[in-house]
Amino acid sequence: MKKLRVVHYINQFYAGIGGEEKADYPPEIREGLIGPGQALQAAFKEEAEIVATVICGDSYYNENMEESKSQILEMIRPYQPDIFVAGPAFNAGRYGVACGDITSHVQNELHIPGVTGMYVENPGVDLYKKEVYIIETKNSAADMRKAAPKMAKLVIKLGHHQEVGSPEEEHYIKRGLRKNYFADKRGSERAVDMLLAKLRKEKFDTEYPMPSFDRVSPSPAIKDLSQSKIAIVTSGGIVPKGNPDHIESSSASKYGTYDISQFDDLTDQDHETAHGGYDPVFANEDSDRVIPVDVLKEMEKEGMIGSLHPYFYTTTGNGTAVANAKAFATEIAIDLKNHGVDAVILTST
Amino acid sequence: MVKEIEKTGIPVVHMCTIVPISKTVGANRIVPTVAIPHPLGNPSLTMAEEKEIRRNLVLKALEALTIEVEGQTVFE
Amino acid sequence: MKLELRNIMINDIVFGECSKIQNNQLMINPKDLESIVLEDEHIAEVKFDIAKPGESTRITPVKDVLEPRFKIDSESQVFPGVASKVKTVGEGKTNVLKGMALVTSGRIVGFQEGIIDMSGPGAEYTPFSKTINLVMSAYCHEGVKPHEHEKAVRLAGIKVAKFLGELSIDVEPNEIQVFETLPLLQGIQKYPDLPKVAYVQMLQSQGLLHDTYVYGVDAKTIVPTLLYPTELMDGAIISGNCVSACDKNTTYHHQNNCVVHDLYEKHGKEINFVGVVITNENVYLADKERSSDWTAKLVEYLGVDGVIISQEGFGNPDTDLIMNCKKIEEKGIDTVIITDEYAGRDGASQSLADADPKANAVVTGGNANEVIKLPPMDKVIGHLEYVDKIAGGFNGSLEENGWITVELQAIIGATNELGFNHLSAKEY
Repeated sequence: MKKLRVVHYINQFYAGIGGEEKADYPPEIREGLIGPGQALQAAFKEEAEIVATVICGDSYYNENMEESKSQILEMIRPYQPDIFVAGPAFNAGRYGVACGDITSHVQNELHIPGVTGMYVENPGVDLYKKEVYIIETKNSAADMRKAAPKMAKLVIKLGHHQEVGSPEEEHYIKRGLRKNYFADKRGSERAVDMLLAKLRKEKFDTEYPMPSFDRVSPSPAIKDLSQSKIAIVTSGGIVPKGNPDHIESSSASKYGTYDISQFDDLTDQDHETAHGGYDPVFANEDSDRVIPVDVLKEMEKEGMIGSLHPYFYTTTGNGTAVANAKAFATEIAIDLKNHGVDAVILTST
Repeated sequence: MVKEIEKTGIPVVHMCTIVPISKTVGANRIVPTVAIPHPLGNPSLTMAEEKEIRRNLVLKALEALTIEVEGQTVFE
Repeated sequence: MKLELRNIMINDIVFGECSKIQNNQLMINPKDLESIVLEDEHIAEVKFDIAKPGESTRITPVKDVLEPRFKIDSESQVFPGVASKVKTVGEGKTNVLKGMALVTSGRIVGFQEGIIDMSGPGAEYTPFSKTINLVMSAYCHEGVKPHEHEKAVRLAGIKVAKFLGELSIDVEPNEIQVFETLPLLQGIQKYPDLPKVAYVQMLQSQGLLHDTYVYGVDAKTIVPTLLYPTELMDGAIISGNCVSACDKNTTYHHQNNCVVHDLYEKHGKEINFVGVVITNENVYLADKERSSDWTAKLVEYLGVDGVIISQEGFGNPDTDLIMNCKKIEEKGIDTVIITDEYAGRDGASQSLADADPKANAVVTGGNANEVIKLPPMDKVIGHLEYVDKIAGGFNGSLEENGWITVELQAIIGATNELGFNHLSAKEY
């Protein structure tokens, strides 16, 4: 079989260009492999070769999706790859979204199959798992050694247009595609077995897990702004300067509640961000860019809103487990209720 | 987070840059913002211009809170 | 109630001078059957064909499939209230012509009649590629309305099946199976330590040629009620359905209800199978609410620990299924539901029209939208031109070279929701 030509996509961090301060790095393409491409190349052995690597800053991609994607597609085209690989992005949210998005466009517009890799809670998973094969990784780059052979195996299969096996066999995240197969027992017998297991409180596997309609119906609108108490909640990690409660920059295990009654405007003297997932410079200069305290205080004075709740609630959204975020929000919600808050502005970065 | 708060009956407006993520996480009132590191500002402008943008976005968000919605709604 | 099923193996069907069963061979004089069918003034013409497993034969459009049976020692008779007087069945001795089926065909009535292939890839999906089939193609007079057409062919099939069953009256069976269900309190006393289980069978009752009959009563007019499982084996329930071929329960399915058989299999050993609750799937919300309330109430009244619920059809009946499941679970009774899926040709869409987290134990008969290519067959019994029209078929389904591209929906019994088949689906 011929050696497959692979183009690899990575972000500015894995390219060694820089961290969050370089996340606005525009796309470029370089010959050959870079950074994590080495592990992939090792796993490809002689069967495939990374002919070029695309690099793009995570913020740049996410803020200019349409433009980034067009530029990158044009960069890839002349290399005529057989297959495209992005990431893996592990649990980096914006990197995950970029990997999923660009892979889906490469598939749809260049008609080249693609593979990426992510941790199951990466927001890119839900957005792109239907269209893109996403190899399941752990939540940190330490998993690269294990992820690379799994990705490589699928890359080679897809590159040769071979049939892809089940999610269990190939280690990709289930794409929500229902496929028929012949089971060992007829359906009624499977039903009786399942009922017996359920009655005995034993483990059983439903053949069709109910789709999670984890939607909450919208709360009723507020009637009169001028009578309403508004509160601010943010996942942008704004904290009093010095981060007194040491909220983690990523994978937060706590949230903070801070008094803003004494501030009409947040400045670099009193507030900053604890968030490690985006360039903090702008938020550190002026935290109103993340939580609009200055504007809401004005509106309170003008009588446009009844009042601004004297406390805001904050945590860092990046890499934070869904279960944690849920737990924080439940506590916050109780506090909001107790303080008679009518409506919430929740900002995210 | 949005959902847990909204479950209690308090309306939430989600101000964020990556609207698709907001949709995935189940926000019902969504106001798209400027950019990830500065959702409610734009450092390339003067402080006054920036505040004007912020004020308009907050107005939009407040307005969204006064509008009944059926399902996920993006207030462009 | 105790029923003895006396299975007479039918290894061959031939046409001959007379109609009889001898040495496991069914001989038929078509004239005998024609005279029965033509008793109905709506029917102008009828033809009979034989289709055997492995042959290059396609039968379409198929309306119903039946198994000839006959009760040999009772005042009651099979298909009570339809082909026989109304008298409770499910007790005594019933002869069964095993290994064969009567398939009814003719011109299309609804859009939802299906295909049986006796060989090739399509044969894998239908249980009726494994039976020796006597195919009855009945043609009504011009101008007969669809409902009359459906009814005439349905009744003709029932009468012919009963006639064929009666040919076995003096034939010794090859195998005898005995099924017994005691009156509820006695049954519960007999196995006090085993978990008590009931079966909730949902019957298609949407009208518009999507109906089911219980002792001759249209199921949309019933409220949920109780049956002994053996009543089903004597044809208490018959199909009046043109609903989607893949997941309608033909009369054959009702007679051979596999949930009933598999529950009996474990009865007295691992479970105590106490009985069947039948309910309908009507088109009005009030009916759906009432029927699911009553189903849950009856199941609670029986005092069971668990139930299996089987659906028929798809779409709005998904709501009946979920209502039944939810209301029964809310009474603290464990449920397993059997359904099938309409997840789109690519399998990416949501499979059911309704869902609830309480439905945490689901058995699926597979994705009915999955597409299959059926090669041309040497012999076609019926009318291929309808393939473009039947549910699961589409414009261009029938190609010029004779290949047919259809969804599994078009194949009789492919995704049956009694769990008759091995087909299932999983997430990729």
